[in-house]
Amino acid sequence: MLHIKCPHCGMRSQNEFSYGGDASVKRPELNKEISDQDWDNFVYNRKSLRGKHWELWQHLSGCRQWIKVERDTATHEIFDTLKANEEIS
Amino acid sequence: MQKYSIFSLIKNAFSNHEKWDLAWKDPSPKKEYDVVIIGGGGHGLATAYYLAKEQNITNVAIIEKGWIGGGNVGRNTTIIRSNYMHDDNALFSEFGMDLWRKMSQDLNYNVMFSPRGIINLAHSDAQMNVYARRGNSMRLNGIDAELLDREQVREIIPMADFSENVRFPIFGGLMQPSAGTARHDAVAWGYARQADSMGVDIIQNCEVTGFNVSGGKIEGVRTSRGDIKTKKIGLCVAGSTNILADKLNMTLPIETHLLQACVSEPVKPILDRVVTFGAGHFYISQSDKGEMVMGGDLDGYNSYAQRGNLPTLQHVLTEGIAMMPFLSKLKMLRTWGGIMDMSMDGSPIIDKTHIEGLYLNCGWCYGGFKATPASGWTFAHTIAQDRVHDLNAGYSLSRFKTGHLLDEKGLGTKTWIS
Repeated sequence: MLHIKCPHCGMRSQNEFSYGGDASVKRPELNKEISDQDWDNFVYNRKSLRGKHWELWQHLSGCRQWIKVERDTATHEIFDTLKANEEIS
Repeated sequence: MQKYSIFSLIKNAFSNHEKWDLAWKDPSPKKEYDVVIIGGGGHGLATAYYLAKEQNITNVAIIEKGWIGGGNVGRNTTIIRSNYMHDDNALFSEFGMDLWRKMSQDLNYNVMFSPRGIINLAHSDAQMNVYARRGNSMRLNGIDAELLDREQVREIIPMADFSENVRFPIFGGLMQPSAGTARHDAVAWGYARQADSMGVDIIQNCEVTGFNVSGGKIEGVRTSRGDIKTKKIGLCVAGSTNILADKLNMTLPIETHLLQACVSEPVKPILDRVVTFGAGHFYISQSDKGEMVMGGDLDGYNSYAQRGNLPTLQHVLTEGIAMMPFLSKLKMLRTWGGIMDMSMDGSPIIDKTHIEGLYLNCGWCYGGFKATPASGWTFAHTIAQDRVHDLNAGYSLSRFKTGHLLDEKGLGTKTWIS
């Protein structure tokens, strides 16, 4: 079982969280010229590589906040967690 | 190649079964091939077989990082079906059903195809309506489908929970009588043996480290056992698709996720169908050895681990016990996991790419095993003729850009929601 350190609540079990996917994906900015390829990349295309992966989780059965988690997709080791509004360095 | 038959079995009994031919050879890679298939799983082996048999291309290598049949073809729950609503999925899968029926004879290898039927249970009136619609679509495409009411389901699977006060009462179900199971390892080995006998080189313990691409054309593949020249490469690597695509600077509409399965201790025959729970994600059948073979949801987050996490297993088995309470008495024998190439609409991709000579076969999600023969057949056609067949025309890579999605389950892009 994963143990995720919520930046708001502290260390909690995986059962309290739900997954939200790749956190590095950025929605194209409104009011700007957007190509079909930009939308394609935002909606569908994912790197999904083996190794370190920044992803979104929601602390659904806790504070209900969305957070960012850096996790290894092969070993499940968790390196870092951030609040949703904090930038990935 | 030595033909397997009752006579060869008797003949070899006299030599204590010590003189059987090897089922396939263990060659070193040659300098050049007409086609290189990457991935020695079910789809890769089937592709090589149909390249040799249907397309007369025998100068083919399959290169495999580990050993053949060690990935998802050896890790699935062996279910074979074509109970799809959309035409592209239905016609492709039903073409595959035909290949399954002939497979043991075709490969001279007993794949133990057992068309025992699959029942998808319904737990509400609305779900019965949805199943009626899907069943009608299947029949229009020439696939057998029967809508069962509660009493008809009770007659077939009386061990399911038919009590009144349950959270998800059984209203009925949709059955495809011609669906079933097969012995998954035999499928890989049968294809490997025949492909090898027709001249295909099966090269194991050979990892792809890179690609030689020049002027937008494939020129070869770099491996841990040296460079191999080729003008055509077929990628059949399921959960490792993104890793190899990254070496080609391609980003695909695929995420790699983990799916678990498990078997119970063997018990006497009780269940002679494949049954799926309609109020969640759980499926079950009984193997010839008596084990209850079960599976369900993805673990729910990107994973290359090839091993599962207990919360998901507990969740899946809770659904199983809700459907068939007797399962709670059984001990678990084994659990395992495989990594799935989850596409963004739940349907696969068999297509050419923007790189000339690079062909893509991926995105099989939960349904890769049953697609093995049809996938190999159509992929071999696509590679050999350099154009897609009508059967896999819907499985294009461009559909994500053009909006022609094949969203059978209507789940959208959130592959981890099942």
